[in-house]
Amino acid sequence: MIQIQDLRKSFNGTQVLCGVDFEIQDSETVVIIGRSGGGKSVLLKHLCGLLQPDAGRVIVDGVDIEPLSEGAMTPIRKRFGVLFQGAALFDSMTVFENVAFPLREERKFSEEEIASRVEQALNIVDLAKAKDKKPAELSGGMKKRAALARAVVAQPKYVLYDEPTTGLDPVLADNINHLVLRMRDHFHVTSIAVTHDMVSAYKIADRIAMLHEGRIHAVGTPAEIQATTDPVVRQFITGTGEIQQEVRRGAETIR
Amino acid sequence: MTAALSKLRDYVLGQLHQLGSMLLLFLDITKTAFTKRPRWQETIEQAYKIGWQSQAVVVVTGAFTGMVFAVQTYLQFHKVKMDTAVGPVVSVAMTRELAPVLTALMVAGRVGAAIAAELGTMKVTEQLDALRSMGTAPVDYLAVPRFVALVLALPLLTAEAMFFGIFSGYLVGVHMCGIDKAYFLSNMYKFTAASDVISGLVKSVFFAMFIALIASYKGFNANEGAEGVGRATTEAVVVSSLTILIANFFIAVVFSKIIPV
Repeated sequence: MIQIQDLRKSFNGTQVLCGVDFEIQDSETVVIIGRSGGGKSVLLKHLCGLLQPDAGRVIVDGVDIEPLSEGAMTPIRKRFGVLFQGAALFDSMTVFENVAFPLREERKFSEEEIASRVEQALNIVDLAKAKDKKPAELSGGMKKRAALARAVVAQPKYVLYDEPTTGLDPVLADNINHLVLRMRDHFHVTSIAVTHDMVSAYKIADRIAMLHEGRIHAVGTPAEIQATTDPVVRQFITGTGEIQQEVRRGAETIR
Repeated sequence: MTAALSKLRDYVLGQLHQLGSMLLLFLDITKTAFTKRPRWQETIEQAYKIGWQSQAVVVVTGAFTGMVFAVQTYLQFHKVKMDTAVGPVVSVAMTRELAPVLTALMVAGRVGAAIAAELGTMKVTEQLDALRSMGTAPVDYLAVPRFVALVLALPLLTAEAMFFGIFSGYLVGVHMCGIDKAYFLSNMYKFTAASDVISGLVKSVFFAMFIALIASYKGFNANEGAEGVGRATTEAVVVSSLTILIANFFIAVVFSKIIPV
């Protein structure tokens, strides 16, 4: 279980997280929605200790990770698999080497075991044929899938997805959604995804949390979120933001 | 006036902060190098990139420096009939100063830039975060192999530059300027001591540490975007080159106290 308590973070004087309180139960899939630049990725990076909060705590399986040193964080981080927004594959390595990386770093698997687990992970994301390619030779969707294989190959307890479907066509996005669900159903992985793709959010989430103005504004099941009358949430999920309203008003004026 | 003072204060504090952070990175690198399991594969790969692939640049630098030095010293010494002093002057200058400094500057340009650009790109594309998220410290996986490879490779490259500098100086002195071969060599052996070579090689170890440390620091701390990586690369080359030139003076002074000339 991950507990987030009064988490605060600012960058260059701009407050991004203003006291986030939230709990993520084991084996559930939580989707965090919110506007671009609203601190969703920042929140995600705090969960596995990639960012240090200004105040507040992140407690992973009962351990407060804030005071831990980089060295002490290592065993905690190994419980996480992270799918980064831009895939973050290592340029100098092939897809196979990228996916094998977390296993090789464990230093407890033979090369045969590594090869078999990597093949398995690449088959799940349908990338077995591209295993010898370098990231530069892959399309955006292939990169995301390779990064997903790398995130899950060591069978972590928690998988963090940063915008897993952004920039993908609807078919590929749906494939990724299926993969996330498969991870939950087959491996009982706890998934935390950050997205503003509502189709994806409804499909994969057990619970949806909306981050607004640096705080968790609303939490609910996909059905509850869809049925909510909260104006902030409605504005976000129906896409009728202030800017669109202004554009519409502008268009009417021109007419 | 107050604004200028406040700017100056911010600048000084910024520089001190950078210096402190670099020192912490140095401590982290040395601690990791001695306490973590060595990463042979990455170190050998880096030694190949840093050492083996820098040879052409270093050989050309060493050779042409030796040649031009031989010609210039010959032209001056010839006026006072001291032609045979060209040999020792070239060899002592190459071993004590020219080979270590010029090799380090060339390597700072070639390798320092490459390290800062590579690590900087990894930073801005979240590859460093990806490493950390998998429980691998970027210092352990990236900085230490580069640091060790540079510390091993630069003295070897410096030795190579010394050899080619002296050899090409010999060719120019004897075959172009007409200096007697026997006197050239005998004077060279007479006035060049092992300590000259050793001091040059020891210097290159320090220079290697400066280049690796500064380039890694600049790469790890690159700002977002292509501009940030570009700036980190430029700063890595400029700061390491200046550090080499400034440190060279102080190392030379210290060596002159330890090793008698």
